Amino acid sequence: MKLRINGEERDVVPGTGLEELVAALGMAPDRVAVECNRVLVRRTEYESLVLEENDEVEVVTLVGGG
Amino acid sequence: MAETMQDPLGSTPLEVGSFSFRSRLFVGTGKYADFETMRAAHVESRTECVTVALRRVNLDRDAGPALLDYIDRSKVTLLPNTAGCFDVKTALRTARLSRELLDTPLIKLEVLGDEKTLLPDPVGTLEATRQLVKEGFEVWVYTSDDPRLGVRLAEAGAVAVMPAGSPIGSGQGVLNPHAIRILLELVELPVIVDAGVGTASDVAAAMEIGVDGVLLNTAIACAGEPLRMAAAMRDACSAGRNAYLAGRIPKRLYANASSPTDGMIAPAPRRSVPGSQRTESAESTDKTGART
Repeated sequence: MKLRINGEERDVVPGTGLEELVAALGMAPDRVAVECNRVLVRRTEYESLVLEENDEVEVVTLVGGG
Repeated sequence: MAETMQDPLGSTPLEVGSFSFRSRLFVGTGKYADFETMRAAHVESRTECVTVALRRVNLDRDAGPALLDYIDRSKVTLLPNTAGCFDVKTALRTARLSRELLDTPLIKLEVLGDEKTLLPDPVGTLEATRQLVKEGFEVWVYTSDDPRLGVRLAEAGAVAVMPAGSPIGSGQGVLNPHAIRILLELVELPVIVDAGVGTASDVAAAMEIGVDGVLLNTAIACAGEPLRMAAAMRDACSAGRNAYLAGRIPKRLYANASSPTDGMIAPAPRRSVPGSQRTESAESTDKTGART
């Protein structure tokens, strides 16, 4: 199924959960924050959130800034 | 008593919302050549609070070294920003994401007007401040140096007002210290100059007029020697604070001798210099002949 992750279209296995997606990006869950369809996902919900076709996911992390 | 021994001059920590800082210098984490340099500069600066930004994870690159691995959170408080947000909604979403990521109520709110000036958008900034305060954030708000806007932001519930000295990264220093002095009179909140600092004297000058702190990034990160500049900024911040607390002398147009004016040895006979009548007549009123 198709997802939009950080503005890019990606194919993932149907039934992919958010926790798996974050891991597939090489990120530890406590180093990211996630929005699904522009709504913040609490970290405690990563495990239970199963992504659906055409979901828009934002996965952000910390970078240097002023 | 122990406190007095450590700090005979009795400078007090800066309280911002529910946080307290001994250092009044706030430093960014952007634009460093590498994280190792950043970490060393932070240590040198003795800052206790650094800003960080939030950006999308790159899908196609390995994560590489992570910023957080170079910040000791037991010693340094992280202040996430909403830099790069040009509308209220994006700023709010970014603030919520940062709170989830860092488990912090702190946010340095930036709602910017345009990419060229990066000046704050005053209306959007006020609107976003109100909303984030409602959501329980401790809002450190980046703003212009407009004193009345500062008052409105304070009324909206911000915990710190952060006027730009000059445009972000411009290195022009504090362009309108008069506006910031008025702001300091109008708001009771901490006022922290954010942005525009170019060199140490800019920090000292800002602290001397009584601002509670200075936040800077580029001036250290992009200096020829970031570590040395970090040390200079640390000293300037401390020097400016002490000068403010000490209370400067008023400025005067004329000299005011530092050495005693009495008891001078007999002066040499006055030479008459052609065209210097004005000086001569002025000095002729000084019967003692002492240089004052």
